[in-house]
Amino acid sequence: MPAAAHSASAPHESPATQGTLRRAVVVGGNRIPFARTGGAYTKSSNQDMLTAALDGLIARFGLQEERIGEVAAGAVLKHSRDFNLTREAVLGSALSPETPAYDLQQACATGLETVLGLANKIKLGQIDSAIAGGVDSASDAPIAVSEGLREVLLDLHRAKSLPDRLKVLSRLRPKDLAPDAPNTGEPRTGLSMGEHQALTTAQWKISREAQDEIAFNSHHNLAAAYERGFFDDLVTPYRGLSRDSNLRPDTSMEKLATLKPVFGKGLGAEATMTAGNSTPLTDGASTVLLGSEEWADARGLPKLAVVVDGEAAAVDFVHGKDGLLMAPAFAVPRLLARNGLSFEDIDFFEIHEAFAGTVLSTLAAWEDEEFGRTRLGLDGSLGKIDRAKLNVNGSSLAAGHPFAATGGRIVASLAKMLHENGPVNGRPARGLISICAAGGQGVVAILEAYSAPEGR
Amino acid sequence: MTDKYTQFVSHGIGKDLAKKLGLPQPAVLRRYQPGEPLVPGPVLVLGSSNGKTAGSDELAAALVGWGLDVRRSALPKERLGAIILVLDGVEHPDELAGPVLTAAPSIRDLARSARVVTISRTSASAANPAVAAGRQGVDGLLRSLAKELRAGATANGILLGDGAGTTSPSTLGALRFFLSGRSAFVDGQFLTVTSGTGRLPADADKPLAGKIAVVTGAARGIGAAIARTLHRDGARLVVVDIPAAGEHLAEVANEVHGTALQLDITAEDAGKRIIDHAVERHGGLDIVIHNAGITRDKLLANMDEGRWNSVIGVNIASQLRINEALLGSDLLHKTPRIVSVASTSGIAGNRGQTNYAASKGGAIGMVRATAPLLVERGGSINAVAPGFIETDMTARIPFATREVARRLNSLQQGGLPGDVAEAIAFLASDAAAGITGEVLRVCGQNLVGA
Repeated sequence: MPAAAHSASAPHESPATQGTLRRAVVVGGNRIPFARTGGAYTKSSNQDMLTAALDGLIARFGLQEERIGEVAAGAVLKHSRDFNLTREAVLGSALSPETPAYDLQQACATGLETVLGLANKIKLGQIDSAIAGGVDSASDAPIAVSEGLREVLLDLHRAKSLPDRLKVLSRLRPKDLAPDAPNTGEPRTGLSMGEHQALTTAQWKISREAQDEIAFNSHHNLAAAYERGFFDDLVTPYRGLSRDSNLRPDTSMEKLATLKPVFGKGLGAEATMTAGNSTPLTDGASTVLLGSEEWADARGLPKLAVVVDGEAAAVDFVHGKDGLLMAPAFAVPRLLARNGLSFEDIDFFEIHEAFAGTVLSTLAAWEDEEFGRTRLGLDGSLGKIDRAKLNVNGSSLAAGHPFAATGGRIVASLAKMLHENGPVNGRPARGLISICAAGGQGVVAILEAYSAPEGR
Repeated sequence: MTDKYTQFVSHGIGKDLAKKLGLPQPAVLRRYQPGEPLVPGPVLVLGSSNGKTAGSDELAAALVGWGLDVRRSALPKERLGAIILVLDGVEHPDELAGPVLTAAPSIRDLARSARVVTISRTSASAANPAVAAGRQGVDGLLRSLAKELRAGATANGILLGDGAGTTSPSTLGALRFFLSGRSAFVDGQFLTVTSGTGRLPADADKPLAGKIAVVTGAARGIGAAIARTLHRDGARLVVVDIPAAGEHLAEVANEVHGTALQLDITAEDAGKRIIDHAVERHGGLDIVIHNAGITRDKLLANMDEGRWNSVIGVNIASQLRINEALLGSDLLHKTPRIVSVASTSGIAGNRGQTNYAASKGGAIGMVRATAPLLVERGGSINAVAPGFIETDMTARIPFATREVARRLNSLQQGGLPGDVAEAIAFLASDAAAGITGEVLRVCGQNLVGA
């Protein structure tokens, strides 16, 4: 009903009045399988993949020609021509072309941040439905011209006469012709993300074996989830791929132990980070369908989980005060405190595995008395989480990590886990998501299994 | 798309060449397009012998009601869109001569892609040998005439059981199907109407309006065509295929504005998951099309357990299990319609396909035995048996074998996935409610088999 829905006077089902918020529910999600860079999606652009992920979501939930309140997505590695990436993907999809969209970019937290921002709009009654998402291709990465060539080209465009143009051209030097490829280095430190994490891993004295164990569990949990059909309504195959190509169901601790360290080799301490316990560069896209309860009910759509709350944090990694990827260590306690919760109240922990060392450093910080007292302002440590509740259906080490697509992958999977789990001690099952990001940032969120409000 | 050979011999040099060399000259068939005339010219309705014309008079009146140009006797040199032989009163082979020989000279006046349809009674319902002989005679007559017709014209018959008459809803429904371009690749076949139940659609171009339909194996080929055809006819769709086929499935779902359900139909709970999805997302379930199927061809001497079991598991065991769930569910809407895709291999057999033919023969047995179980809720179940259909599957047959296989029928060409879909859409409609436990071949009257 796109025509009628376009009317500006169409009232929202239950507009938020002062002091009351609606609930934003996760209806479901869809992603394409993640592919190792240079693999199945080598020839796919961000727009191709995001459109495919959207079309799979539309097919799963029958949203053809539907005018969605708003679509937000983003990419970390982005071509300048993709200035309107999400809107272009919407126009190429089966959604109503009257669906507005915007791009968002917060490094690896992009996907989760789109979920939080759109959920807030739904809670406020500004929109009734939304699709959050993210995409990244390290295969089809943008390559820029050098800064020297760029300045010459711009000046050349401004030059008015032939002599002026020749003068500008004479400034070109051979080195200016070398292309400027993207890298994962931090602009302010020049260190790659892996080298940064190696510093943190060493600081928290995380062992090689503990990291390999995280990787081993990730692969085995993800493989088991695929085997029991967990992803049948979360993933739509793309370009001949029906499972994440990085997944190694048969990996073992012995195999992981044979891999040579790749990061932290110059730190003096024993290098522990390998290609096995670090995520590879990956291509992929994910989407999450959000809505108000009324919107979902009117369409007979599932209500898997409620987006409870979210928190962002950042650390001063530039001066070495904290590790580059340690912001979630601060965001989580703030989020739990605001919601009056502790680790005992969480049934599923989804901690993004940028590196196994990141997960373990974060857990170590939370378990550390001194860190709790001096950095978090607590009486002691924040606490220890039950490892049996950690990334139970695998995470980025196995699935891969197309930067902006990871948030959507986790939110949709967690929403389904919460829904399947049923209540815990008479309350809805609860999940915590923690995602670290470049620039010393982190975004975390709490999801809760959907349960009908009392009296309904 | 018609195959390249058919295109080549349909006009110009190719047409002359084929004629001179005596090569097969398959016609470009008339296929249904919403809004186009039902038949390509006036309809000649010829009645029973012995002065008993009540059945044909009623029928002619009904056809006039459809806006057709109806003739009760042929005009010289007039191109006819169809000839309908109403033979329901035949009680002795002698009585065939009257209407049949009256129709004979008009056969030459049939337009391209015209239709001949007989309406007679089942011989099984005959009380004595002479009646049975007269009725069964229609069978041989019709099948032979179908082989004589040219230029895309087909001949099919409607058989009336004790509970049905010439103007019963399903008689008229079947007649409309046979006259229309929906039956383009159905030739030399009979449909039996056993009861007077059924309802003709308010809008003949939207016979499935308001219905909720599930199609398995819908990601490509015949399944995708079924989804498109049911959507065109007004149904809301749930398209099902294995998770690995999800990319194509999503494309089909978005094209037909349905929902995609990635599901392995051999799963123990597949039936429940299909019903739950249809009920939760669409508010109910009216139609189930069992289309999903696989081939794992091998001569029986070389057959292994894996090939045998996977074909039986996907092609028939899953259908039995899903039907059990459907029959046991109170969430199904009234008058459920189930159509199973069988195969001419399951009727006539096919070298290298013992497993496949066993599964498809099984589907036919299942349909016959399930029909009585659905009577109480006003439901029906039928099978459609495709012959040579132009799909990705048949495109893999070696060229020479494929070229021979596709010409070995009265229409001298392979059918299209849409031809199978049209037959299924008809059997899934309320107009076909009086037809159940039947197997309709969509094979262009394949020379192999029954």
